[in-house]
Amino acid sequence: MAIFVDENTKVIYQGLTGSQGRYYGLLNRDYGTQVVAGTNPKKAGTDVDGIPVYASVADAVAATGATASCIFIPAAGVKSAVMEAAEGGVEFIVCITEGVPAQDEAWFFNKLKRDFPNVRLLGPNCPGIISPGKCNIGITAGHIAKEAEPGATNVGIVSRSGTLTYQALYELKLQGIGVTTCVGIGGDPVPGTSFIDCLQAFEADPETHAIMMIGEIGGSAEEEAAEFIRSSVTKPISAYIAGQTAPAGKKMGHAGAIVSGGKGTAAAKMEALEAAGVKVGANPTEAGELMVEIVKGLSA
Amino acid sequence: MDLMEYQGKQFFASFGIPVSPGGVADTVDEAVAAAEAAGYPVVVKAQVMVGGRGKAGGVKLANNVDELREHAGNILGLDIKGHIVRRLWIENASDIAEEYYASFTLDRSAKKHLGMLSAEGGVEIEQVAVDNPDAIAKIWVDPVDGLTDAQAREWVAAAKLNPQAVEGAVAILKLLYTAYTEGDADLTEINPLILKPTGEVHALDAKVTLDNNAAFRHEWAEFEATQERDSREQAAHEADLQYVGLDGSVGIIANGAGLAMSTLDVVNQVGGSPANFLDVGGGADAEKFVNALTIIDNDPLVKSIFINIFGGITRGEEVANGIIAALGQIDISSPIVIRLDGTNADEGRALLEPHLGDKLRMEPTMLDAARTVVALANA
Repeated sequence: MAIFVDENTKVIYQGLTGSQGRYYGLLNRDYGTQVVAGTNPKKAGTDVDGIPVYASVADAVAATGATASCIFIPAAGVKSAVMEAAEGGVEFIVCITEGVPAQDEAWFFNKLKRDFPNVRLLGPNCPGIISPGKCNIGITAGHIAKEAEPGATNVGIVSRSGTLTYQALYELKLQGIGVTTCVGIGGDPVPGTSFIDCLQAFEADPETHAIMMIGEIGGSAEEEAAEFIRSSVTKPISAYIAGQTAPAGKKMGHAGAIVSGGKGTAAAKMEALEAAGVKVGANPTEAGELMVEIVKGLSA
Repeated sequence: MDLMEYQGKQFFASFGIPVSPGGVADTVDEAVAAAEAAGYPVVVKAQVMVGGRGKAGGVKLANNVDELREHAGNILGLDIKGHIVRRLWIENASDIAEEYYASFTLDRSAKKHLGMLSAEGGVEIEQVAVDNPDAIAKIWVDPVDGLTDAQAREWVAAAKLNPQAVEGAVAILKLLYTAYTEGDADLTEINPLILKPTGEVHALDAKVTLDNNAAFRHEWAEFEATQERDSREQAAHEADLQYVGLDGSVGIIANGAGLAMSTLDVVNQVGGSPANFLDVGGGADAEKFVNALTIIDNDPLVKSIFINIFGGITRGEEVANGIIAALGQIDISSPIVIRLDGTNADEGRALLEPHLGDKLRMEPTMLDAARTVVALANA
């Protein structure tokens, strides 16, 4: 099994006719993802390499039965694109776009929660989600991930950082460890899907046996996740927090990665996770090695 | 983007929040003109992006033109914690009956907007939060609903402001919320928000952080022009690179913010000190590496450079070709250590192999590369 997306997920690409949308939409299709439609009000009736383009998400859902949408729309249009996807009837929205204003994110997070409580948003500013061998939505290179296998010990990954996620997938693959699903939740201030949402889903997924978590300085999402792990997660977890030596008050690329007033420091996050029983590595490689040990222990 | 006080006041005024009449001055003569327009007595305030201006002598009261010339002359050019004062804000001095604190920011845990209001303003609000947390009235606003009049009134009542201040405070807080949301701010803060003896409520200071992601829908060019950046940061800004200057000796280039932060961690863990954070992002064109390497090599503190690349969609041989092309265009004085992993890393490494030597080394893992680059920096 996988969480959130699998081989049955049919995906619409909002922005498929743009350069980024086309590039990744076709790569995702090559991977095996069911890329069933694109949207563009000005290009309805045309196609992108055989993928039909509709005027709106609602039209695309009606024609294809799509259940998910992936947004490659420039930041200025993301607020309306997210609402169009929810109103159009998909239940899972992946927003890859970076640079979305925080006010827009706060608004559509709360709007979805209120009016579309069954819709899950992933992102914005995230690499997307991959259930290896089944479905890849977003910008992750599919071949760096190994498929989960029945009977084997499989890992689920949840991460705030793109490149570190790829590194985790790759290191597990080199060790022969399969991944059920790898979720990139993104580094923005108001992520649609949180660590806790993913931990809960991995805990409930019978094929996921262990979880790898990659956090970052700033905010308190990792501390909240630690609380949740303590009370509700029985599966073993390894973790890494990036930014242990980032100077206070400096913004390091990700809008979310800001340390201020002693809160949100890597040390505080690592301590909270360790206290909840998580094996925390000092660097990504060490976190990977800790996961290999966990998997070996579970497989023994 | 943090605004200077005078910019914050202009920002507030554009949303109708009452601020003191005043003007900007870069010379003593301009200060005289601004003071005459604002009306004596005036306060002369240094415009620098750093706290503690008052204690450093950067804020003075002037009752007449002679005092004004003296203070303006002294403050212009003053060094406040490494920031040289080049601009003053001159405003009419206000009579103050009481000082309050008010702000809006995002509560990332609650995923709602957080308003904070306190009758104990004018001081370090963080200290109030520690010593007397009950003195700060908090309100969580759902962005979909916005701040309603009833909510604002309840909030002001909870903060126990002087009854005389209630109407004025409610009006300003609603405007402050509008400025925060419609103005696309990460923070709007007034400290102090003052009650005058005449009963009016008024913003005496302005602290505003704007969300750079929203620049596309605002006219912020003037704010952007006064941002304080060191020369390295300015060059990176112009080259559209994510760069933060630090003060160590190992230059860092990585693809992805998480990997870049992680690279700083590993360099520190093996006893080195990073000179910067630099995320070259995805893709692998030579120009990006030329810009990144030039900025880092121009930093006199840099003794060695660590290029840490993990290939995802961008393949290893593309990155290798980008780096080789960049090194063909520029002459870098510090030795470079590369770690290349991920998609097609073997092909990329094979391309780099013939270029390796004292100036360009390659290591198989992030940790090995960190050790080598730190040894070179400390040699």
